[in-house]
Amino acid sequence: MALSQSEVLAGLAEIVNDETGIAADAVALEKSFVDDLDIDSISMMTIVVNAEDKFGVKIPDEEVKNLITVGDAVDFIVGAQG
Amino acid sequence: MSHPQLNQYTAVQFSRIYGLGAARGDLIVSNDEVAGPIDSSDEWIRQRTGIIERRRASANLSLMDMAVDASQQAIAAAGIDPSEIGAVLFSTITHPHQTPSAAALLADKIGANPAPAFDISAACAGYCYGIAQADALVRSGMAKYVLVVGGEKLSDFIDPTDRTISFLLGDGAGAAIVGPSDTPGISPTVWGSDGSHWDAVGMSASLLELRDGTTAWPTLRQEGQTVFRWAVWEMAKVAKKALEVAGVEAEDLDALVTHQANIRIIDELAKQLKLPENVVVARDIVHTGNTSAASVPLAMHALLKSGEVKSGGLALQIGFGAGLAFGAQVVVMP
Repeated sequence: MALSQSEVLAGLAEIVNDETGIAADAVALEKSFVDDLDIDSISMMTIVVNAEDKFGVKIPDEEVKNLITVGDAVDFIVGAQG
Repeated sequence: MSHPQLNQYTAVQFSRIYGLGAARGDLIVSNDEVAGPIDSSDEWIRQRTGIIERRRASANLSLMDMAVDASQQAIAAAGIDPSEIGAVLFSTITHPHQTPSAAALLADKIGANPAPAFDISAACAGYCYGIAQADALVRSGMAKYVLVVGGEKLSDFIDPTDRTISFLLGDGAGAAIVGPSDTPGISPTVWGSDGSHWDAVGMSASLLELRDGTTAWPTLRQEGQTVFRWAVWEMAKVAKKALEVAGVEAEDLDALVTHQANIRIIDELAKQLKLPENVVVARDIVHTGNTSAASVPLAMHALLKSGEVKSGGLALQIGFGAGLAFGAQVVVMP
């Protein structure tokens, strides 16, 4: 069954926390990965791969650069779910 | 129609690495020296790449000088005479002549003339490609000893203002002598390529574009995220396969010697392999930088020299880079 936006956000926040140590509740929809959360390109890719595993979706390399905010990533994952 | 039966090579059963040699650039280049043109800092570079300094060669030290130095060390360590070398394989992407090969000149300079000699273009996978071919040449009986060199003077092909790869790069050469053995010393190789990502890492332009005046001097570039994803998660599969075909488990290893691309690739790859803590992970990149084809032999040489891993230990070595190309094998360290 497809996960809701809030469920994906919670799961993504957990992944971000594992990779960067950023508190899960700081990972909000409007936050920018680079400008607000200071996540670099390598950490971003680790988050992407772990999100693919967790949510069972494919996030192509060329899509990653469009994921500016946490909300962008959540929306992409919600939309990509079977 | 009858004819006399042909002779074929007489195979030998096993091969091993006899000795290694290492030569690094003569200049120590700090992060502060490369940070300015990319609007960065020592701290940023350390955090993002693990590099504290990289070794680069001055104008007076050529790729060939470093290759000769490393080769002569490997020959001495192996205890052979250079005239016994039956093939010279030189992996490099920075030999500044399209032809003739760097290998033929190297063979002549070290006293291996008239050994067959050719270059390998497999970038950061090149040394592991070379070990694979040396293993095959030795076990088939085509050559008694093979000299494998991975060498680069990458500083000739960088753009100081490039933020994707140039600041990582260093210069050096690593060499190995492979020869016949009474016991297995080189596992089957897991190697391959993926040209669907041909553009992910490589030169910024072709020589034809340079001739036509449509580009400045071509330099190295990469799509960092694409390369990172491939280098960690695809290479973890390759590394696991290499252990499987070698018939060993991760806990049997003494060392993991990956291409020294970026400390975060090395650490993430080690994590994916779930290596026990006693397996030493080579981190030569910290003081040498990324030296492409030279990085695996330089890193293994450093582990042996420091005594962190003893001769006879088992190492999984894996090279990966432009092509994309990859190669991995388990070897007994000389």
